[in-house]
Amino acid sequence: MSRHVLMSREVLLSGAILVLLALIASRFPAFITPANLANVFNDTAPLILLAIGQMIVILTRCIDLSVAANLALTGMVVAMINVALPGLPVPVIIACAIGIGALLGMFNGILVWKLEIPPIVVTLGTMTIFRGTIFLLSDGQWVNSHELSDPFKAFPRAEFLGLPVMSWITIAAVLFFSLVMSRTTLGRAFYAAGGNPHAATYAGIDVGKTQFWAFTISGALAGLTGYLWVSRFAVAFVDLAGGFELNVVAACVIGGVAIMGGIGTVAGAMLGALFLGIIGNALPVVDISPFWQLAISGAAIIIAVALNTQANRTKGRIILKRAEHAS
Amino acid sequence: MLMQADHMPSTSGTQGTQGDIPVLALNGVTKTFPGVTALSQVSLQLFAGKVTALIGENGAGKSTVVKILTGIYQPDGGTLEVDGASVRFATAQAAGDAGVTAIHQETVLFDELSVAENIFLGHAPRGRFGLIDTNAMIERAREILAGIGANIDPRTRLRDLGIASKHLVAIARALSIDARVVIMDEPTAALSQKEIEELYELVETLKAQGKAILFISHKFDEIFRIADNYTVFRDGALVGSGAIADVTEAEVVKMMVGRDVSQIFPDRERNIGAQILVVDGYEHPTEFAEISFTLRRGEILGFYGLVGAGRSELMQALFGITRPSGGTVLIDAEPVTIRSPADAVAKGIVYVPEDRGTQGAITALPIFQNVTLPSLGRTSRNGFLQLAEEFRLAREYTRRLDLRAASLDTTVGNLSGGNQQKVVIAKWLATQPKVIILDEPTKGIDIGSKAAVHDFMAELAAQGLAVIMVSSEIPEVLGMSDRVIVMREGLIAAELTGDALTPETLVRHAAGI
Repeated sequence: MSRHVLMSREVLLSGAILVLLALIASRFPAFITPANLANVFNDTAPLILLAIGQMIVILTRCIDLSVAANLALTGMVVAMINVALPGLPVPVIIACAIGIGALLGMFNGILVWKLEIPPIVVTLGTMTIFRGTIFLLSDGQWVNSHELSDPFKAFPRAEFLGLPVMSWITIAAVLFFSLVMSRTTLGRAFYAAGGNPHAATYAGIDVGKTQFWAFTISGALAGLTGYLWVSRFAVAFVDLAGGFELNVVAACVIGGVAIMGGIGTVAGAMLGALFLGIIGNALPVVDISPFWQLAISGAAIIIAVALNTQANRTKGRIILKRAEHAS
Repeated sequence: MLMQADHMPSTSGTQGTQGDIPVLALNGVTKTFPGVTALSQVSLQLFAGKVTALIGENGAGKSTVVKILTGIYQPDGGTLEVDGASVRFATAQAAGDAGVTAIHQETVLFDELSVAENIFLGHAPRGRFGLIDTNAMIERAREILAGIGANIDPRTRLRDLGIASKHLVAIARALSIDARVVIMDEPTAALSQKEIEELYELVETLKAQGKAILFISHKFDEIFRIADNYTVFRDGALVGSGAIADVTEAEVVKMMVGRDVSQIFPDRERNIGAQILVVDGYEHPTEFAEISFTLRRGEILGFYGLVGAGRSELMQALFGITRPSGGTVLIDAEPVTIRSPADAVAKGIVYVPEDRGTQGAITALPIFQNVTLPSLGRTSRNGFLQLAEEFRLAREYTRRLDLRAASLDTTVGNLSGGNQQKVVIAKWLATQPKVIILDEPTKGIDIGSKAAVHDFMAELAAQGLAVIMVSSEIPEVLGMSDRVIVMREGLIAAELTGDALTPETLVRHAAGI
């Protein structure tokens, strides 16, 4: 896949998003006012943050199904910290959330790296473990709005230059990880380890360790999102964001991330998430039933994968395997 | 030379007896591929109840013959005869229907299926409603396995069997389709000594059942033990055939390698400098032992041996992919311990593996990113990549290799095979190594590309790089190396230089005769 094709894939997806917005606007013009679009972006922020982490994990030929459970567990822990120590400043809470999330991600990463357990099995297991841990910590009780401190709840909604802080954090994450992926040795290692693990090994890249870092990043982003989610909705409970991991994977797939690894960009993951976010926000206002919403999201995923496959096929391989003349 | 020895007097039941019609024969078969003649006017006869050994070095045309006999390739000239009648195997299916079956070096079987399912895949006995009759299938599998003396339960899952038993299953599969001709392509390459003995017994059983057997092997001891007849190919042409009882090993070696090898390789100025690599008492629990050798700047050291002699395994240990259990390595007189490939690269050793397809390039990434991959330490600062530096490095080394591409941003997957290979070599040169290990550098590439690789190797040595070349091609080993180490069964069998470097000595030491 050449860079140019990748770029055009992102351009294509942007085009699809514009067409989608135009269709919605034709029935409900208010949807495309800047204020509403900013709302949609803010609503989609958790999906974007998680999709960035997931994109990196998928890039290394792994998958992280525990992101939503990680989000819920970290969210519960920081909510309980806030209940116990209401005076703790928000930056410390955020640092805790990122740290806890990263530790949970490292747990996945260690299992994949050192024990060489298939990632889908590891993260299915830890997904259940994380949910179970929330139950143990909370006794199945909810942490409700009135128990949380005001600064804890206010932070993500605070406005700065017309956008909520949550949106700014997401924009910062997109820029930061775009830089990491394109301009650091770690970012290059993610692409190499997923693109051809054998070649990467011979080039001196430790593939297992690279996957470990991918899970760590995914976990850290899930932890950060956990705090943002709990504070924005002012509630923490066992089933928070249940099943959300599938939306995250879907966003990556729509965003052109190759499920076989090695191909994907932060911009693609963000656009994939926005595409799903717009569908989710727009369809109710144009009076389409939730069942159709699911069908449309599903169709989008299949169309995206079909387009990716086609792109790979039409490209063709120029390397003619020379006829073997020798024994 | 012993040609077409149909009427050779036989001592121990050799060749077909007079007037016998071969079960399967090639007459004057020619096969060409663009730019190369793989087979030129070759003939081969296989008789019922006889084992014919097909002998030749890598590149002699053995695999091409197997592919023609099994219907994968069609000959461009000459005829194929079954029971004396001219036939055409348009497909592999047609060859199978005529009773020709091949057992390959790496058996093509299904690990997750049972033994019986493997034997009957594609032609299972059918019961009512066209469903597979499992009981009948297991029963027949049991009969066939018993017939070849294999004590294997047909219900066992294949992956629970050892490699030798898998071979038996492959043979049982061949028998299940009523094979008259069984082609065995290096069947003992991966077997232990005991398993080889069992295979010999099986070959005897098959002979007694009247099968015609084509036995391809590099090992002279087994050829002389089990074959009745031999056919020797060299460079795609028949150089001799007859009864095995009428030749000696030395004569066969001579037929196999007898050629002038000097003219096709680049003349190079030998400019051998200081000692750079010293390996002493290097060993691994299962793969090699007692490995000691030295390497100098500007030297090309060839490693010759049969497939499976432990050469690649030794190189992988030197490169930090596997861990040796003992021995020392000195680079520039400094003792070093190499723990990982990154370590090896940092210490100046690089390894260009045999299988460039799976171990070489990262096809989804652009050229420049492939080239700089092992050198990221030099093209980055504090973990941040310096793009200008990356492009500079990539440009320098792709230019040196005359790599033609629209831009360094081109994805490697869009390049031709030859150019992909240049990217891989550029990648390693860019690390500025002291020692470069090339594992089968010209395997599977066309003659023009081979010459380019040889020129390039000579240039590397001229620049003072120490080169280790692992190769199974005798002309290449002789034409390129200053010195050759021959390995056999994980040990160094010989170290040869000067006049001792002849095709015969290489083959003798490699085969242990």
